[in-house]
Amino acid sequence: MNDTNNSFQLDGEDLPFTPGQTIMQAAKAAGVYIPHLCWHPDFPAHGSCKLCTVKVNGRFGSSCTMEAQAGMTVENRTAELDDKRRTMLQMFFVEGNHFCPSCEKSGDCALQATAYELKMMSPHFDMFYPDRPVDASHPDILLDFNRCIMCSLCVTASREVDGKNVFAMGGRGILGRRIHINSESGRLADTDFALSDRAANICPVGVILKKRKGFAVPIGDRRYDKTPINEQVKEPTA
Amino acid sequence: MNGPMNAAPVAAKKLKVATTSLAGCFGCHMSFLDIDERIIKLLDLIEFDRSPLTDIKHCGPCDLGLIEGGLCNAENVHVLREFRSNCKIIVAVGACAINGGLPAQRNHLDLRDILEEVYQTEAGLSHGGIPNDPELPLPLNQVHPIHEVVKVDYFLPGCPPPADAIWKLLTDLLAGRTPTLGHGLLHYD
Repeated sequence: MNDTNNSFQLDGEDLPFTPGQTIMQAAKAAGVYIPHLCWHPDFPAHGSCKLCTVKVNGRFGSSCTMEAQAGMTVENRTAELDDKRRTMLQMFFVEGNHFCPSCEKSGDCALQATAYELKMMSPHFDMFYPDRPVDASHPDILLDFNRCIMCSLCVTASREVDGKNVFAMGGRGILGRRIHINSESGRLADTDFALSDRAANICPVGVILKKRKGFAVPIGDRRYDKTPINEQVKEPTA
Repeated sequence: MNGPMNAAPVAAKKLKVATTSLAGCFGCHMSFLDIDERIIKLLDLIEFDRSPLTDIKHCGPCDLGLIEGGLCNAENVHVLREFRSNCKIIVAVGACAINGGLPAQRNHLDLRDILEEVYQTEAGLSHGGIPNDPELPLPLNQVHPIHEVVKVDYFLPGCPPPADAIWKLLTDLLAGRTPTLGHGLLHYD
């Protein structure tokens, strides 16, 4: 088998892949950044955030769900795609309440770091300012749903790894859809959720927060303060 | 180019700059002053019109308007419109001008409930009633970013934007370039 059978073109460069890998998996293995939010290397692709949309042989597709094929031509960081990604990010920012200056996750947040990478200078659209009450009932964990981007990584991690099913997606529409807590009262304190759960350590934004740890690392010294997200493709993900 | 033959170039016309703080904390203005001695170099190139730094009360025709803060009351909207009709370029400076910022965190609460709790029911206050002096601008039901009301030409995020980011924006604009911020200068926090 020669090399051409195991590679495709990504932004004009040859990229090797192992048969069965998605475009996203092959890119990550090669250290090439494709912007994404809901995809996580440890879990099956969810394909919901659409930020990882690339053009494959001229057609749009989600790189986290499309299998790599030998000889395909994939566009990733083109002005056209990054413009669309920036617009999607702006929609994320206006749909929730993303006030970075008062967020404990600032500097460690994938949404924020991705917006930096795509040079998002403003939310552009009118703000929604939805009313999303927090859940501070748990002794060790605060849930601030204002920042939820519905990636559902916590749902998957709690179900697949922790075997607890603490979270579920529910409701309809931009303002109705939200994460629900699987307890009679709907409160996190009434579940068996624990700090050591995989789901407690997977939120890419500032929803699932460990109490009393918020500013252990000062603002300015955090992961994406130091190095842009596109240079951390091979770093371990939370 | 800068040799002795050209030692005294004709002084370019200074750009007129106006600044204001709407529903902001003046932190962005403080960060502006953090450009330190570069402000002396800047004053060779610009001249301030309406600004808390000059105490000029109304804006004349300007090249550049720097807006700190979002819109939390009727007066903010009037000031913003005065800036927009007088300034060729409007820049939203800081988190509050861009997405409402900290003041917008009241937006999910009812305005009357807030005023009653602050001025009437909260323990330890004098319970003097909700202020209603006609000179006080009426609060808006929600705090809004400025791009929801006027066209904004450029955005400078940060809480506050670092002095170096403000300097970069100003020097880019003065040189006729589109302002850009690289890693380390583009921050939302």
